[in-house]
Amino acid sequence: MYRWFHQLGSPPYFYRLARRLEPRLAIAALLLIAWGVYGGLVKAPPDYQQGEAFRIIYVHVPSAWLSLFVYTAMAVAGAVALVWRMKLAEVFVTAAAPLGAAFTFLALVTGSIWGKPMWGTWWVWDARLTSELILLFLYLGVIALNAAIEDRRSAARACALLALVGVINVPIVHYSVEWWNTLHQGPTITRFDRPAMAPEMLWPLLWCALGFNFLFFWLQLPRMRYELLQREARSRWVARELGSE
Amino acid sequence: MGGYAAYVWSSYGVSAGVLGLCVATTYIRLAWLKRQLRRRETELDDPK
Repeated sequence: MYRWFHQLGSPPYFYRLARRLEPRLAIAALLLIAWGVYGGLVKAPPDYQQGEAFRIIYVHVPSAWLSLFVYTAMAVAGAVALVWRMKLAEVFVTAAAPLGAAFTFLALVTGSIWGKPMWGTWWVWDARLTSELILLFLYLGVIALNAAIEDRRSAARACALLALVGVINVPIVHYSVEWWNTLHQGPTITRFDRPAMAPEMLWPLLWCALGFNFLFFWLQLPRMRYELLQREARSRWVARELGSE
Repeated sequence: MGGYAAYVWSSYGVSAGVLGLCVATTYIRLAWLKRQLRRRETELDDPK
């Protein structure tokens, strides 16, 4: 295991592995999302209170989960990058930020679209919505910092530091509905002891969430390959890889 | 879907658009960079 982890840190090894994994991840992501969306839009019955509008959760909830997951992963990779100076961990942080920002943006927009018919407004300065918006700003901060510093290693280390500091916002987003009196509903899906959703509504959501996870890794790998090619453009392995593709 | 159809479809439409854009930009950027690097390799191998 340790040997494999060590090997994974080698850019040429990672580049080849990522290229092999990408099509499989893409197929898994597309199939899972298609299956989940079909279940959510066609098979699941309408909600007794929210009617058909509840079907927005099949894109809103996975996007919101991914927005938190990606930032947490960036913080972990950031810690690895700062402590062990692992090049791939640095690349992970800078490559993941735009994807995390996209998921956060989607969580906010789809939540807003759901809010209009349910709450009667597109936006309220509620703790959950505000902390999620701060998360979007943190992602944008990482993206801007990465673009502002010319030296790739310095940029990545600065981004890693910001990811690490900003991770404090992740539990705030997650627990905001419990700590404060919010308009946003409390936890529904994570209460496995008292399931608040019917299985025919819950399963498509879980498929979609899994599909979104695969989608993230599918897109993260080519983004990391891009960063690696840019950083190691003068290395011999890059010429070899480009020649073999 | 009654009166909520527009809300449901617009949320799915926005999601498909944003994620589709992510996929497209990711692979276009990668292909562009590879092209640049290949061109540079050729220029280094065959200087005029």
